[in-house]
Amino acid sequence: MKEKSSPGLKKNAPVLQKSPLYMCLFFLALLLTGITIGEPGRVMEQAWQICLSCIGIG
Amino acid sequence: MEFLRKWVQVVAGFLMNGYMLFPWTRNIYQGPLKVVCAPGLNCYSCPAATTSCPIGSLQHLLGGIRMALASGQYYFGWYVLGSMGLLGGFFGRMICGWACPFGFFQELLHKIPSAKFAIPRGLRYLKFAVLLLFVILLPLLAVDEFGIGNPWFCKYICPAGTLEAGIPLLLLQPSLRETLGFLFFSKFVIMTAFMVWAVVANRPFCRVACPLGAFYALFSKVSIIRLRLDQHKCTNCNACHQVCPMGVKFNESPDDSECIACLACMNQACKFDAITLELCGLPLTGTRRKRLATATESAD
Repeated sequence: MKEKSSPGLKKNAPVLQKSPLYMCLFFLALLLTGITIGEPGRVMEQAWQICLSCIGIG
Repeated sequence: MEFLRKWVQVVAGFLMNGYMLFPWTRNIYQGPLKVVCAPGLNCYSCPAATTSCPIGSLQHLLGGIRMALASGQYYFGWYVLGSMGLLGGFFGRMICGWACPFGFFQELLHKIPSAKFAIPRGLRYLKFAVLLLFVILLPLLAVDEFGIGNPWFCKYICPAGTLEAGIPLLLLQPSLRETLGFLFFSKFVIMTAFMVWAVVANRPFCRVACPLGAFYALFSKVSIIRLRLDQHKCTNCNACHQVCPMGVKFNESPDDSECIACLACMNQACKFDAITLELCGLPLTGTRRKRLATATESAD
């Protein structure tokens, strides 16, 4: 019995996977949401200060 | 390729720690680049750090969530999660292998001549517990009387923080030495233990306790850039087992969450062109390797 094959498609031909792209779009949306509500400012405020307890001092 | 990877690691380490004025200012960098989340584990209290640590930022945002909500700010960590997820979704744990300064430091330690030992496979799951417990749940739920949570991972575990921030700041600001206590010494012991372990085993912190590595590991099956095994070409010679620094048996588990895409298996071990680097399912390296294989065959 002959194996069915789609015309024009080579066996084992690489196929573009779209799910990683959708996932990246999801996280891009999260990132943009964070930027919109001003989270980067809060991150920068924290990063500008030496967090002594974080590094085990104090 | 290994040479290129080393250079990328050096450049990435320098970009994340490029503030060289700290010996004069005796303080940390406070410029606008600190808004950027570093791809690798790199303490933002390090005097030379130019970027933010994503794990530290996330814990602070989660710990301060009640205060933020009380003041009408919806800071749930979207920005940090988005940064981490975007990097993880694109590169997966390739970041650990190519751009993490602490991972690079462990690789250098491992070059010290000594007896080498494997790391028990079961310990790899510990880092997921560290991520869940110390980075998410404890900062979120264990709060003080003001409703603020602590950055538990940074405070009690992170050896990168002790190495990159704790020790340099103690050297730069002598007044801080008076505040040293049990917390610092316990973290110093943890750091020393991981450093000694890194001499005798490859990347123990990355494999056992790194929460950022655990987060990126979640993308091992779905990241845009990843290694692919061609089952038809693989002869199960197990040569890939011998070169993998992370103890991955690539021919048995090609989507292994421990794979840091250092490409050692592809470039140094596999003689059958069975391992390729792919971008969204499309091969990135096939053509060149096929050409090399053809050249070798014709030479034979």
